[in-house]
Amino acid sequence: MARRQIKGMLGGLGITFKTMLKPAVTVQYPHEREDPTPRARGVIALKEENCTVCMLCSRSCPDWCIYIEGHKEKRPPRREGGRDRTVSILDRFDIDYALCMYCGICVEVCPFDALFWSPEFEYSEPNIASLLHDKVRLGEWMESVPEPEPLELGAEVKKK
Amino acid sequence: MTTTDLPPPGDLPEVQIDPAIYRHLADAQVNVELDTGDMILSLGPQHPATHGTLRLVVRLDGERVIAADPIIGYMHRGYEKLTEYRTYPQITTLINRIDWLSSFANEVPFVHAAEQLMGIEAPPRAVYIRTVLTELSRIATFLLFLGEMGLQVGAITPAFYGFRDREYVLNLIEAVTGGRFHPNFNRIGGLKDDFPWGFTAECRQVMRRVFESCDTFEDLVLGNPIFEQRTRSIGIIPPDLGAAYGVSGSNLRASGVDWDLRRDAKPYLAYNELDWKVWTHPDGDSFARYWVRLQETRESARMVLQLLDGMPSGPIMAKVPRIIKVPAGEVWVNTENPLGEMGYYVISKGATGPFRVKIRSASFSNVSILPWLLKGVYVPDIVTILAGLYFILGDIDR
Amino acid sequence: MTHLLLGLQIGWGTTLAIKTLVVLALVPLSALILGYVFLLKMMSHMQSRLGPMDPGGFHGWFQLIGDGIKFMQKEDLTPADADPRVFALAPVVVVMSTFLIFVVIPAGPRVQVSNLNVGVFYALAVSSLSVIGVLMAGWASANKYALLGALRAAAQLIAYELPLVLAVVGVVVQAGTMSLQGIVLFQQSGNLFGFGGLGFPLILTQFVGFALFMVAAQAELTQPPFDMPVAESELVAGYMVEYTGFRFLFFFIGEFGTAFAFAALAATLFLGGWALPGVHGTTADLLGPIVLFVKIMLVAFLMFWARFTYPRFREDQLQALAWKWLIPIALGNILVTGILKVAF
Repeated sequence: MARRQIKGMLGGLGITFKTMLKPAVTVQYPHEREDPTPRARGVIALKEENCTVCMLCSRSCPDWCIYIEGHKEKRPPRREGGRDRTVSILDRFDIDYALCMYCGICVEVCPFDALFWSPEFEYSEPNIASLLHDKVRLGEWMESVPEPEPLELGAEVKKK
Repeated sequence: MTTTDLPPPGDLPEVQIDPAIYRHLADAQVNVELDTGDMILSLGPQHPATHGTLRLVVRLDGERVIAADPIIGYMHRGYEKLTEYRTYPQITTLINRIDWLSSFANEVPFVHAAEQLMGIEAPPRAVYIRTVLTELSRIATFLLFLGEMGLQVGAITPAFYGFRDREYVLNLIEAVTGGRFHPNFNRIGGLKDDFPWGFTAECRQVMRRVFESCDTFEDLVLGNPIFEQRTRSIGIIPPDLGAAYGVSGSNLRASGVDWDLRRDAKPYLAYNELDWKVWTHPDGDSFARYWVRLQETRESARMVLQLLDGMPSGPIMAKVPRIIKVPAGEVWVNTENPLGEMGYYVISKGATGPFRVKIRSASFSNVSILPWLLKGVYVPDIVTILAGLYFILGDIDR
Repeated sequence: MTHLLLGLQIGWGTTLAIKTLVVLALVPLSALILGYVFLLKMMSHMQSRLGPMDPGGFHGWFQLIGDGIKFMQKEDLTPADADPRVFALAPVVVVMSTFLIFVVIPAGPRVQVSNLNVGVFYALAVSSLSVIGVLMAGWASANKYALLGALRAAAQLIAYELPLVLAVVGVVVQAGTMSLQGIVLFQQSGNLFGFGGLGFPLILTQFVGFALFMVAAQAELTQPPFDMPVAESELVAGYMVEYTGFRFLFFFIGEFGTAFAFAALAATLFLGGWALPGVHGTTADLLGPIVLFVKIMLVAFLMFWARFTYPRFREDQLQALAWKWLIPIALGNILVTGILKVAF
């Protein structure tokens, strides 16, 4: 009994002492940076030319933090003698990151591949209103979107 | 829930109080000048021992607790009501936030409920990946508990070890789902995505680290005689009383009840294909709860290794219509979450969202035994008991 | 000391002023050193962290000084129901007790503020003055947590005063003097089985006393595993809960300054203090403080190592440990020491 207790007291001291001699796990954040995994949901990027103003993302967002406005314009026909084309023009595409829950439903429902996840996370702001990213800012995030990584063995490869 | 409203424990064993205390009290009663009035101490809603915003109004005589009232609701977010106004895919992201330490495990029973109503079955690979992620979130939750319990009884260092080792597991979850805390990874009929390349090897490595970490906690916390003194025979839950209050999960297994929904419920996920053991401890005190959770962490790591070995290949998504409408019906699905039994009673009327969802969360029932449990203990034991029951405020208030 | 430093004859008043200033500077300085080396750095590395790295450039050495400056800028709050005068006086009393211990600790044959012939007795007596400060703080704060913390502190400090004193009695019996300087000289002049190279640190015969002293000192300092009076996970911070700014800083300085003082006492009583065998006179005066400092850091390392590893006792278990184990062992130690002293 007493032997077990002494062992228990000394064992704890041994663990803390050994940990002290090992290198720390801390990452000194502003000086060095841990790279998030490619799948990390950091920020949503917008590829504007793919967007057709279908409003699916805005409607499926659980907390309605996507604001979209658009209008339709007539364009000349592609071929000689054809009818005029109707093109949807995106006027406004804002995501309020102060509201966003980072659930990723918008990225998933987008049928035209206009929204992507980027693992970038350094966009905190001193002012909460600045967390509303407009379409220009969302477009800039496209640069940081990683290529889709390969899947683990045994996974079914999706047909394109 | 007030203490006075509770039925008397009846023929159940009373809380064991040292007879010396009674003698001491009797002396104090005789000596009128020494008779002190009761003191009402309000622990919380902001108090480090309450893991958030639980409030305990404790009536004290000196340092001995005469009565304790848990007051809940400071973090009520109305998820049951909110689910009535959201579609099924949106709800998984909401219920992530009920028990935020093991969010993935929260999604599983809800998605199962919807799948049962729709008559869909997820493909085997999806089932295996779900099981892996559920067990990973269990490991992450328990590693935090193993450190946190040390912190609550006064040792600072284990808490940091707990956070450090949990981080490796959370990194795994993030590598698969993209979210450390709120994965939102389950879809009705399967999963959002498959494992990324190299995940299996990395996961095996982390599981080795989990075993090491369990050994560390065994030496640093569990083996420490001071910890043993602080937790042995503190907060004993008798098995029948615990079951009557609805205490579930590791808390009930620590009272010697051999009951684990992973084995005893209608088979779900891949548990019946694995070789594993349900750990119980006969004592029912805080020490037993720590011991059981430590063993379950190891068991979960073993299960993850088995699952990785037996991982089937194939698709991860069943055929599901693009717009999900769940046929009318009612279903009750309960699973074994890290904190205990979690269940969803889903009523659907055929729309894109449920008509009504009743959420049975583990911590709410676990905490309901507190007034009985805290009677007659000392102030430091309140902290030990609260830490030992291990509840998450989001899981109580929803 | 002053003769040594200035090399000229100065009056009694000036000497006293200089001595007071030196000790006044020593208390916060020692708290800073212990706080930085052990609380910030050693604890961090034991928890596989790095601790502060940026302030001051090199491993965050400026962190605590910066914290001190910050504390001085904070608003000085007094709770509405508090007894303002007692509330304000309490931190001063706590630091005062620390300050008074430093007076008798020798750092060289002549480097000592005052060589009392009852030095041991005096040091242990003034160290328990802090209980009064703690009680005052807890009572005057008009806060339930503070009151519980203060009462726990009072019960605990009184219970552990006994083993602390009894643990030292063995040393006093063996050295035959109560003067700290005398005890150091006894250890310096002794020899180990005829080998004088190490002197005769009393830990060799009084290791039981040393162990008891360390345990009791840990309790006197209200450090884990005996930190129920502050118990941050149950009583939030006990008697300190209502203090802010400069007054909180006083408690901090008191806590670490007292840790330094107790480490110095243990180093002096059991490890030979400033003494290096064969070094006397002015050389000893110059080398003594360095030797003493190294020993203090060694003892403090042990104290803080335990502090960062162990969980906390419960109040009744702590009393049981003091009365059922420490005091009987200490009494037995005195008995054995006395018998051996008479026999040899």
